Amino acid sequence: MQWLTAGALAICLAMIAGLLALVIVQGAPTFWPAALVQVRLEGGETWLGEVVKEERFAPSEAIFAAAPPDARTRAEKEAAASEGTVRRRLFRTGNFELTNEHFRWIDDFRVVEESRPERAVVLERTEWGRFYGTPKAFLVDGKPIAEGPAAWAEFEARRDAVRDRAEERRRLEKEAAGALNRRLRAGTLEVKRLELKHGPKSSEAAAARIRVEEEARLLEAEGATVRARIEALDRENARYVLSMTTSDGREHPIPASEVVRGYEANRLGVVDRLAVYASRWAEYLVDEPREANSEGGVWPAIFGTVVMTLLMSLAVVPFGVLAALYLREYARQGALVSAVRIAVNNLAGVPSIVFGVFGLGFFCYAVGGSVDRLFFPEALPSPTFGTGGVLWASITLALLTLPVVIVASEEALAAVPRSMREGSYACGASKWQTIRRIVLPRAAPGIMTGMILAMARGAGEVAPLMLVGAVKAAPDLPVDGEFPYLHLERSFMHLGFHIYDLGFQSQNSEAAKPMVYVTTFLLILIIVALNLAAIAVRARLRRRFAGGHF
Amino acid sequence: MSRTQTVMQVMEPPPQGARVGAAASLGDAVAQGVPLVAHVHDATLREPRVLEVDRFSLYYGGKARALWDIDLAIPKGKVTALIGPSGCGKSTLLRSVNRLNDLIDGVRITGDMRLNGDSIYAKDVDVIELRKRMGMVFQKSNPFPMSIFENVVYALRIDGVRDRRILEETCERSLRGAALWDEVKDRLHQSALGLSGGQQQRLCIARAIAAEPEVLLMDEPCSALDPIATGRIEDLIADLKGAYTVLMVTHNMQQASRSSDYVAFMYLGRLVEFGPTNDVFITPHRKETEDYISGRFG
Repeated sequence: MQWLTAGALAICLAMIAGLLALVIVQGAPTFWPAALVQVRLEGGETWLGEVVKEERFAPSEAIFAAAPPDARTRAEKEAAASEGTVRRRLFRTGNFELTNEHFRWIDDFRVVEESRPERAVVLERTEWGRFYGTPKAFLVDGKPIAEGPAAWAEFEARRDAVRDRAEERRRLEKEAAGALNRRLRAGTLEVKRLELKHGPKSSEAAAARIRVEEEARLLEAEGATVRARIEALDRENARYVLSMTTSDGREHPIPASEVVRGYEANRLGVVDRLAVYASRWAEYLVDEPREANSEGGVWPAIFGTVVMTLLMSLAVVPFGVLAALYLREYARQGALVSAVRIAVNNLAGVPSIVFGVFGLGFFCYAVGGSVDRLFFPEALPSPTFGTGGVLWASITLALLTLPVVIVASEEALAAVPRSMREGSYACGASKWQTIRRIVLPRAAPGIMTGMILAMARGAGEVAPLMLVGAVKAAPDLPVDGEFPYLHLERSFMHLGFHIYDLGFQSQNSEAAKPMVYVTTFLLILIIVALNLAAIAVRARLRRRFAGGHF
Repeated sequence: MSRTQTVMQVMEPPPQGARVGAAASLGDAVAQGVPLVAHVHDATLREPRVLEVDRFSLYYGGKARALWDIDLAIPKGKVTALIGPSGCGKSTLLRSVNRLNDLIDGVRITGDMRLNGDSIYAKDVDVIELRKRMGMVFQKSNPFPMSIFENVVYALRIDGVRDRRILEETCERSLRGAALWDEVKDRLHQSALGLSGGQQQRLCIARAIAAEPEVLLMDEPCSALDPIATGRIEDLIADLKGAYTVLMVTHNMQQASRSSDYVAFMYLGRLVEFGPTNDVFITPHRKETEDYISGRFG
């Protein structure tokens, strides 16, 4: 029996460790800057890129037949030596706008010459993915001011200034222009609200119209200043262009402002590589996504996941505890209560997508629609609360995790010793006083256990979120510096949904694959962190309320 | 509370049946199911009373009858010990005084009790107010999961007392009353669960006397303690005598003889003999009492 139980535990642990190991092994090297390999094929074709994986396959007769004679001899020799298989490597070749592909399989037998060009660089760009090539010249206003290796030095010297300008431009566009738009929209809504309230021809509406028009003129002027500044920045940045030569000799100009990160991959020492690795991790954690989420960071998704999970806990714990209190402390134990208990437990077995559909139909459309009609009629027909948002997502997940909290809370309440309740009653406490002062504090650690389980379940859930508010790319975070600071109606990004989106919806799926592992790892880390925080709180409660000297 | 009260109707007392006298054997009476008149020593009748038990019977569920027509008058300012073998109903009787048995589903009673003349089981009694007039100490110490200070002033807290001065005075007075002040005065705001078993029980006594109860109920207060802690509790009970009326359940004959002024012997749910401790222990009137206190059964 001992072996059976130990074996079961060992298998569980092995599976968990295996999953974690897979995620870490696949995810950890994602950001490591690999060397750049250039290969020349028998036909003179050359490719430059990073090798991302290699495999052996058994080529069909047609492949042998299609190969030129030299390559065919090499292939047949290699196949004969290793059970009919030959090696091929997947190169990340980038340069999408020139080649229309990000990755390319290259059979080893077709390679005539392989080298690691010292001066080859990797450019990560805001658009079109990576670019691999050799710097040819650095142009200012279309005139080359440096060539060859000096061009790269010149680019590196000017990169910070260019990046600062690009950053300022991005901020201006997003924040200043965004704020102006919002104020403009608020004015329009105000007019519409007054029209709805007093009639379109009323004096209040007319006055508001005039006021808003005046404000719109002011905002227009402000907007013009912002636009002028943006254009000035753009003009300045457009002066600097890095001209690159690809491996097959084509020349391609890259505007300096589009480069997010660039390095000479084959000249990096270990320290430089570590620096690139760290800077990619930092970008991943604090930046916004680019290129349909397959590049850049996941900060909005981290933020959305944490906010949604906290809101969910805020919703589920009070409800669950109240329900458990009624079931355990007030209801007369009998068939009805048992039936309710069974129903609650079965609720945990309902597929989560069903909760999603319910959340969409009830919370988003029914409740949210009513809220819109009552409080935000001026914005209709565009919905405010009448669509997916972080509030509805949190409540839907709260519903999903309610059984966990109810069951855990009930058990915690039942575990409060009878002697303590009797002691309290004997002091003349009412039932509610006993519950509030004795039972609940004593049961708090157990209730926290329920919350921890609910958080772990809720934070990892994806299916219902797709229906009630998680989106591929959210324009704004659900919490920001703008009144009322917490925007419950906003849609949000979620790491779980992000993983699904990367893995199954991505155009550039080879590039997205390692990001799936990294994001999974990050999601696990966040859930662990949230749980550790809750466990720390629980440990404090335990020290305070239970324990003692026995 | 209202639900339990409807269950616990006060029923008419059963019709007067034949009562056995002092000479008949208790076993016969029980076998015949006839009511039994306890032998009450005269001395107890002369004392002023705090608590009167009046033909009190208690049933668990439909049939199981735990108490049979108990008549008892607890003298004021004295320590009265309830003794008897396990299952004789002494704890049930004690818990009936502050109506803790209300919490158990299906309990039914007949007869009544009176605390200083006020009915305990009348329909319009506010059980919570009633319990505030009594204190109770349990067999196993049950300090609440809060600080020592908050434990002692719990009864005041639930009454809504917020005046810091009153709370502190009550705390000190009660802890001194329970002979615990000197040991805990420097750590009043630490968890009560850090105290030793004996200290916890004295803390529970302090909590029970904080609200100046008219009667202090103790349900085997020393049975979970070692002899030294037991000795301290017994000293404490001796100190409390006079200021408080104590009704105590005990299994320990020595403790009953050392600590109590009066002793009531119960057997099979009936009160058998009630009198001054010395009289009952030296010259018991009933054979069953004599057998029990001399250790022949129980």
